[in-house]
Order: sequence, then structure tokens, then C-alpha cells
Amino acid sequence: MDGFTACPENGNQNLAGILAHSAHGRCKGDLIRQLKGIMESYSNIQGILGMPLVLNEEQRMLRDSVRDFVKDNANVDHFRKLRDQGNGQPYDADTWASLVELGISGICIPEAHGGLEFGYLAMGAVFEEFGKQLTASPLLSSAVFGASLIELAGTDTQKSKYLPAIASGELTVAVGIEEGSHHAPLYTMLPLVESDAGFILSGRKAFVMDGQSADILIVLARSSGGLGDTEGLTLLLLEKDPAGLQRDNVRMVDSRDYADLVFIDAEVSADSVLGDVGEAFDPLVLSLDRARACLAAEMLGGAQEMFDRTIAYLQERDQFGQKIGSFQALQHRAADMYTELELTRSTVMDALSALDEQRDDISQAVSTAKCRINDTSLHIANEAIQMHGGIGVTDELDIGLFFKRCHVCVNLLGNSGYHSERFAGLNGF
Amino acid sequence: MTEIDYDAFRAETRTWLEDNCPASMRTPPATDRSDNVMGGSKFDFKSEDQRVWLERMAERGWTAPEWPEQYGGGGLDPKQAKILRKEMARLNCRAPLIGHGLWMLGPALLEYGSEEQKLQHLPSIINGSVRWCQGYSEPGAGSDLASLRCKAEDKGDHYLVNGQKCWTSDGDKADWMFCLVRTDDSGPKQQGISFVLFPMDTPGVAVRPVPLLTGESHFCDTFLENVVVPKENLVGKEGEGWTIAKALLVHERNMMSSMDDTMPAPPKSLVEYAIEYVGLNENGRLRDQRLRARMVSQMMNKRALDLTQSRAFEEGMAGVLDMRMTSIFKYAGTENIKDNTALLVDVLGHSGFRWDAEEHYEETQRTAAWMNALSFTIAGGSSEVQLNVIAKRSLELPQQ
Repeated sequence: MDGFTACPENGNQNLAGILAHSAHGRCKGDLIRQLKGIMESYSNIQGILGMPLVLNEEQRMLRDSVRDFVKDNANVDHFRKLRDQGNGQPYDADTWASLVELGISGICIPEAHGGLEFGYLAMGAVFEEFGKQLTASPLLSSAVFGASLIELAGTDTQKSKYLPAIASGELTVAVGIEEGSHHAPLYTMLPLVESDAGFILSGRKAFVMDGQSADILIVLARSSGGLGDTEGLTLLLLEKDPAGLQRDNVRMVDSRDYADLVFIDAEVSADSVLGDVGEAFDPLVLSLDRARACLAAEMLGGAQEMFDRTIAYLQERDQFGQKIGSFQALQHRAADMYTELELTRSTVMDALSALDEQRDDISQAVSTAKCRINDTSLHIANEAIQMHGGIGVTDELDIGLFFKRCHVCVNLLGNSGYHSERFAGLNGF
Repeated sequence: MTEIDYDAFRAETRTWLEDNCPASMRTPPATDRSDNVMGGSKFDFKSEDQRVWLERMAERGWTAPEWPEQYGGGGLDPKQAKILRKEMARLNCRAPLIGHGLWMLGPALLEYGSEEQKLQHLPSIINGSVRWCQGYSEPGAGSDLASLRCKAEDKGDHYLVNGQKCWTSDGDKADWMFCLVRTDDSGPKQQGISFVLFPMDTPGVAVRPVPLLTGESHFCDTFLENVVVPKENLVGKEGEGWTIAKALLVHERNMMSSMDDTMPAPPKSLVEYAIEYVGLNENGRLRDQRLRARMVSQMMNKRALDLTQSRAFEEGMAGVLDMRMTSIFKYAGTENIKDNTALLVDVLGHSGFRWDAEEHYEETQRTAAWMNALSFTIAGGSSEVQLNVIAKRSLELPQQ
């Protein structure tokens, strides 16, 4: 597949519309670069109003193009097929290549390193579409989380070596943070022991997103300090799996790619350190927040889709001689979900916007968004199944696929307990 | 869109406010509403500054920034109005005037009133000389407002009105009432309702304040006995009052959804009260885990609500606002205030239930704010009615 269903010649109206804005409208890879140029030439109305909580025209065009693409090429049916094939392929490589060609893998990577620097609101819009269609891809683990760690912690050499390759889709990265069943980056205890050649690693990183399929790995280890310490955290970038590293497949209910990384006296070279030994905390926090905001956007898409499908069902299903959506008991619950979803949407937009504007309340904005989308999507997922009745618990109905993905995402990068705790701490209580 | 230099507008506004807002009008108002300027012939200004501030703002039409200039309004576009609000907030300027005339009747007249009615009533709303009250609910018509029975008989050049209105906010202090009356009871209940205006000193109008949980009585029962209302005081057409009433309810609900902005903020933040009244443990965490969790939820909810109001505004400006979304605000906003005031008294513990304004003014104000907020999720369409509205209008769910 050439993936350029998005070329005007192929009759995609949205892209044609976008390109019509631009003086020289050739497609191939340039979509976002062109959008960005248009965006910059606009007067900045939002500067007057404060923080942008709404997509601008170019971001909307990007969203529409991605929406059209995934609807045709990476939708829920495609995801179901991937799952049913059971051959361990976590995402469709051709589809991913097409998405890369569209430019999405470069959205959050600086221009200086081969990216498009189109911002997090734009990336959030992409993730929301992925969430609606259950599109499986390494976008979060590699082009957001991994790329951000390299950008923020890496040396100039590391940045110029890896970032362009991630942006172009040549390489994918997975990041090993967790060691237990709950998100707890400061509880990292994988010891980094110095040796003649560099370091010896023995221990385990758990539930690593896209850990099976990723070309290279970034691993968080502890060079000094103890449980909960912010100092002494070190990131290692493993270009090749060292002897003594085993990637164990971890099967989860959402049928995505996860791995446990098991290190048994694995020797890694000294130049594997990403940036400086013991200094990973600051780049880690911001990178985690970037990944959380994008994950929240994916979850928002999932929640919106479950909600929309449930409302459609309430409008069509007859019982007791009438549409079940006419029952007030269900109407009030539906209205409540809608209200919650709209409120939560604003917090997700705000978190993405905080990243774009490099505001000083990023952590608070992101924890608010992740906490609220966790609670909102769980609420909607449970109501969606209940309101669909018996068919809601069948594998045949797609709702169950969204339900499972939602529950895994709630725990990824911090459940509501984690983010409530963090929010309270940031507010001094 | 016409070219407006918003930066210049911001600069001029800032200078004008700095020059014209008296220093005492830049201090936080009392938390008990006693510093609110409601206007009207029965209103006593608390200070000369208060009077001057209203006069200066009214002269520019900035008590009603977005109303047309020909009626005395400010003639600002939404973006300018937002800039004005932000600049006022920056200097902590108090609202020069608030009330039903500005929030509700004015917008309704602008949409449905005759030119004569606009010219007669809008200027006196803007300068605060006339205070309005609302005659909607009746003893038998609360959530089911359309079943109202207050009767207006056609007597040629006037209507003769008989009936009873209740929950009339500040009916005893108002100069005029806008009132829903039944001019026809032969058809469906939504038809045959008309929207009329009359002065509160018209013979036959009697008002009785109703004491509430807080002991205050800003709601009244209003009795109407053979009240003569000239036909030129009919707004819109006879029998089309329900349309106006619904439009006006939207204004009321919008107003109530951001009630916070009109209620003076407590002198301390929730977190400050919590640290003072509950205390932190040796790890710097609040001693009460359950209150701590409720505080996090409440603070996030409030943040989400504020952001959603900003988002709706920005979407409106960008031309991508789905109007169906705005029906959540009355419900979400008033539930949020109710939760917030209730949480605050729980944080205060025993002190949150004091009833002793002389010895414990600040704490008693928190108690009163909590009890007052109980009515917010009832007045102007209860939360349950709002959920019906969301289900019907926003979600287009089938009706029984």
C-alpha cells in the first residue's frame, strides 16, 4: 500500500483542501510541513484570548486527514483481524509506514532533528482518532515517549543519531520504566553496577509498551539512592539487545504489544547512558507528561466512541414497545456521561496546550487530564456495556474491545490514585 | 469581521480603569452579598465610591458591555468584552452593577422587545435606576413551569391579572416585574402564555418575603389581585410568552452556571482552609485522607468546568462551537458550586456549622454560602430538569 490515499490525485478531499491552501501542493511526507507554514502565517488570535483549547484550522485539517486514513486503513475491524491472527504482530507494518509517510511520527520531534515540530495539540488530535478506531501503532512509545527522552536527556550526538531515524520511521523505540504492577517511576530499583566495559544490569522492567516489536530500548535504572529518590536515576539506550537480556512477551486484555525485559548479568557499554548518569529525573518527568497527555487524548477518543455508539443504540433499540432511549432512567445517565465527557475533553486539550505553550503548570494540567479521563472512560466503558445489555458482553460487539483497551490505559502511566496523589502534592496538601 | 485593534483597546481600557475605578472598589467585596450593587429606587449605596463607580461605568455603557450603544450599552464585540472582563479582573474591580435586568430581561428585550420597549427599559437597566424581578414560578408550577395559571384577562386596552407568583428573588426590593401570565387556557399548556411587564407599585401587587434555611429572605411570594397591565407592556405577541420564557431561561441558566463569578470568593482558598482547620501530617499530607481525596476531585472538577467555559468561548470565536454542548453548563456549574460549598464546611468541621455572625463572621459566612447553594441546583431549572434538557436537546434521545 502506498499509504497516500491522502494524495489529491487519489481523490481525498480533505488533503486536497489542505493543499489548496498552499502555493506548492505536492504531497509525499510534506503534509504537516505545509500545514505548519500556513499556521505560522496566520495572525495569532489566540494570543489575545489566552490558552488555546480549540484546534486551529490546520490542526483540524490534519485531524480530518488522519480520521479519513484510519477509518479506511486502520479501523476497529483491522484491529480485530490483527488480534485474531494471533501471530504476535502487534500492529500492521504497512499501515504504520503509511502513517509515517503522512508525517505523524515527526509531529513532536524538533525540526533541527528531522521532525516537524507541529505540537502536542496536533499530536493529541491524531491520538484521539487512533482511540476512536483502536488503531494500534508504536506512535506513543516511540515517537512521543522515546523521542522525548532522547530529545531532553540525550547528548547532541545521540539526538542527531536517533531522532531523525525515529521521525522517519526507520527506528522504533520502547521505554522500560515500571518494575511492578503500578506506575511508580521513582520506585525504580534496577541497579546500574559499574564494570570494566561499562555497566552490568541484573533485574527486570515490566509491562514495557511495544517492548517486543521495538528496534531499540530505553531503560530506566538506578545508579544511586533508594526507593522514591529523585536523584540517581539513569537512562540507558540499548541500540542492540545485550547478551543476557531477554524480552518476554506479556499478553494483556487489550491485545497490544507489551514485554517484560529480563536482564541477567547483561553487560552494556558506558556510552549507552542517555545523557548523564544520575540525572534522568527532569527529562523523565517532562517526557512522562508528554506521553500521558497523548495517552489521555487516545483515551478521550475511545471514550467518545463508546459514548457515541451507546447513544446510537439507545436511539434504535426497542423494548416495552418503545426506544429504550426514551426511558428517563437511561436518559439521565446518558446526560451525565455527556457532561462528564465534555468537561474532561477540556482538561485533555488544556494538558496538550500546556505542553505546546511550555507553561509552568504542565504537571498539574497533565495529572488533572489523566485522572479525569481515567475516571470518565471507566464510567463510560461500564455504562456502555450495561446499556447494550447482553450483547455488550459478547466478543462480537466492538464495545468490548474498547472496554478492554480503556482498562489497560487507565493503568498505563498512572492510575487516578497516582495522579490524585501527585496533584495534591503539587498543591501543597 | 471588521478590523478592531484589540491591543489598543486593551491599553485604553487598562488606563481608563486605572484612572476611574475608585481604590475602595478594587478591594474584595464582603462575602455576604452586602456589597453587591443591585440598583433600583430602593437601593442604598454603601459608599460614595460605589455610586461613582456605577455612574462612570454606566456612562460608558460598560455595565452592559455588549448591548448596542443606541440603548446606552457599551457596543463591544465579544472579544472586547472579554478583554474588559480580564482587565477588570486584573485590577480586582468590583462589578459596578448586577441583577435580573442585566442578566435576563435586557437580553430578552433585545431579542423580542419592541423598539419603544427597548428605549423605555434598557437605559434604566444599564444605569441601575430600575431594578427588576422575575415572576415565573407559581405554587403549582415549579419544574413544570408551563402549567402556570396566573390569569390575564383581555380588557380591551389592558389585561387584568390575578394569581400568585413564588420564589420571586428580591421581589420586595424591585421596581418592576417581568411576568409570565396565562392569556388562553384552551390549548396545550405551552400555548396561551404571555410575557408582560408592570411596576411593582401597581395597585393589587403585594409581596411577602419567605425566610429560608439561612434566615435570610431574598425570595418572596408575590400576590397579584386585579392588577391592571396596559397592553403596550406585552413583550412579543400574545400567546408567545413561552418562547421568550425559554430564551430567557437560557440566559438565567448561563448566569447561574457561572454563579461563582458573581459570588465574592472566600478570603482564603480551599487548601488554605484545609491546612488551617484539618492540618498536615509529618509527610505534608492532609490529616484526613477522605477530605483530601474529595478536595482533589473538587479542584479538578472546578478546573475542568472553568476550562470548558473557556473552550466554549474559544470554539464560538473560531466558529466551531456545537451549541448543543452549552446545555451542560447550568447543571455542571451549579452542582459544582454546591459540592464546593459543602466541601468547605466539611473542611471547617464543627466550625463549618456555626451560626454566630457576630462572634464568628467568616465561618458563619461559609455556613450560609453552603445553605444558599442548595437552591442553585433547584432554581432556574432543577438538575433533573437540566438532565432532561441535555438528553432531549444535546443527545436527541427519543421522547416518551
